[in-house]
Amino acid sequence: MTLDILQAIAAGIPWTLALTAVALVIGAALGQPLCAMRFSRWSAVRFLASALILTFRSIPPIVWLFFIFFGFGSGYLQISPFQAAAAGLGLITAANMAEIYRGALAAIHPGQWEAAFALNLLPRHRFLDVIGPQLLRVALPSGATYAIGLLKDSAISSTIGVSEIAFQAYHTSQRTFHSLDVYAIAGLLYILISLPMASLARWIDIKLRARVAR
Amino acid sequence: MSELLDFWWEWLPSLLNGLAVSVAVTAVSLALGIPLGLILALAVQSKKTAPRTIALVAVEIGRGAPALILLQFTYFGLPNAGLALSSFASASLALAWCTGAYTSEIIRAGLEAVPHGQKEAASAIGLSGWDALRYVILPQGLRVSIPPLFGFSILMLQASSLCFAIALPELVSQAYIIGSNTFRYMSILLLAGLLYAVICIPATMAVSALERRLGQHAH
Repeated sequence: MTLDILQAIAAGIPWTLALTAVALVIGAALGQPLCAMRFSRWSAVRFLASALILTFRSIPPIVWLFFIFFGFGSGYLQISPFQAAAAGLGLITAANMAEIYRGALAAIHPGQWEAAFALNLLPRHRFLDVIGPQLLRVALPSGATYAIGLLKDSAISSTIGVSEIAFQAYHTSQRTFHSLDVYAIAGLLYILISLPMASLARWIDIKLRARVAR
Repeated sequence: MSELLDFWWEWLPSLLNGLAVSVAVTAVSLALGIPLGLILALAVQSKKTAPRTIALVAVEIGRGAPALILLQFTYFGLPNAGLALSSFASASLALAWCTGAYTSEIIRAGLEAVPHGQKEAASAIGLSGWDALRYVILPQGLRVSIPPLFGFSILMLQASSLCFAIALPELVSQAYIIGSNTFRYMSILLLAGLLYAVICIPATMAVSALERRLGQHAH
C-alpha cells in the first residue's frame, strides 16, 4: 500500500522540480533590473522599485496565483495552471532575489569599485569581471535558502491544479482514504528533495570560496 | 471605476469577516507557536540526547515540509488516527507547529548572541541554571529576537491564506467563494490583495524601522 502511495505521489516530482526551476530562473533574471532600479539616480524609479518589491512580498502567493489564474485566466487570455503558477511564483521570487542581490552588493567592499574605476575598466568589464563574480559568491547561500523555500511554496500551485506533489497527495488521499500516510509521505518527500539541494549549494559555495582563498 | 467601488463596498463586509478569521488563526498559532519555539530552542541545546533528538526532528519537519502539507496532514490525516479536529483547530495546530519550528531558530540565534561571560557571571554569583536562564539569559536573548519574531508574524498572517485548502472561511476562501458566485474573480481578488497589503506593507516598514533603531546601538 505504502509503495502504491509513494508511486502515486512521486508522479508529481517532475512538476514540482520544473515549477521551482522555472520560477527561480524568472525570478533570478527579473530580480536584476528590479535591484538596479533601487540604485537608480531618479528617486521616482527608486520609489517604484521599493513599492513593487514590498507589494510582491506583502500579498500571499496564493492570492497572486488566484489573481493570475482566475482573474486573468477567465476571459482575458488563456493560461494553463502551470503558466499561471510559474508567473506568480516567478514575480514573487524576483522581488526576493532583488533584495538578495541588494544585500550582496552591500557586502562587496567599496574598494573593489574604486579599483575597477582606477584601472579604467569599461562598465561592462567592471561588472562582469570584478563585481559580478563576487556578487554571485555572496548571493549564493541566501539564494539557495530561498530556492529551498520556493520548492515548498510550489506546493501552493496544487490549489490551481498543477499536478505536482501536493496535488497528487490530495488526490491520492481522496482515492485511498489513507490520508495520514499520504501526507506524511508527501511531507518527507519535500524534505528529501531539499536535502540534496542544500548540500549542492554548500558544495558550490565551498568551491567558489576555495577559488579566492588566500 | 465607481462600479468597481460599488462592487467592493457590497462585498467588503464578507471579506472583513474572512480577515477576522485569518487574524484569529494567526494569533492563536503565534500564541501557541512562539512558546513552543522557546521550548524547542532550549531542548535543541539540551545536553540530554532524548529531548534534543525529539526537538530536532520536530524542528526539521516543521521547517522542511511545506505549510500546506502540514495543514492537510492535520485536517485530512489526523482523523485516520482517530483525532478529528475542526478546520480552525487543525489550522491552529499545523501553523503553531510551523511557527514553533521557525521561531525556535530565531530564538536560538538570540540566545547565542548573549555573551558567554553573562553565563559565567550568573554561575559565579550562585544562580541556579533555571534562575540564570530566567533572569540573565532570556531577558537579553529574547530582546535580540524581537524584530525577527515580528517579521515572522507578518509571514504567518500571509501563510494563514493556505487554510483555504482546508475549508477555513478566511480571507482567501471568502474571496474565492464571492468570485465563483459573481464570476468577478479579478475584482474581488484585487480587494483581498489590497487588504493583505494594507496590513503587511506598513507592518513590514515598521519592523525594518525597529530593526534600524535597535541596530544603531548594537555596535
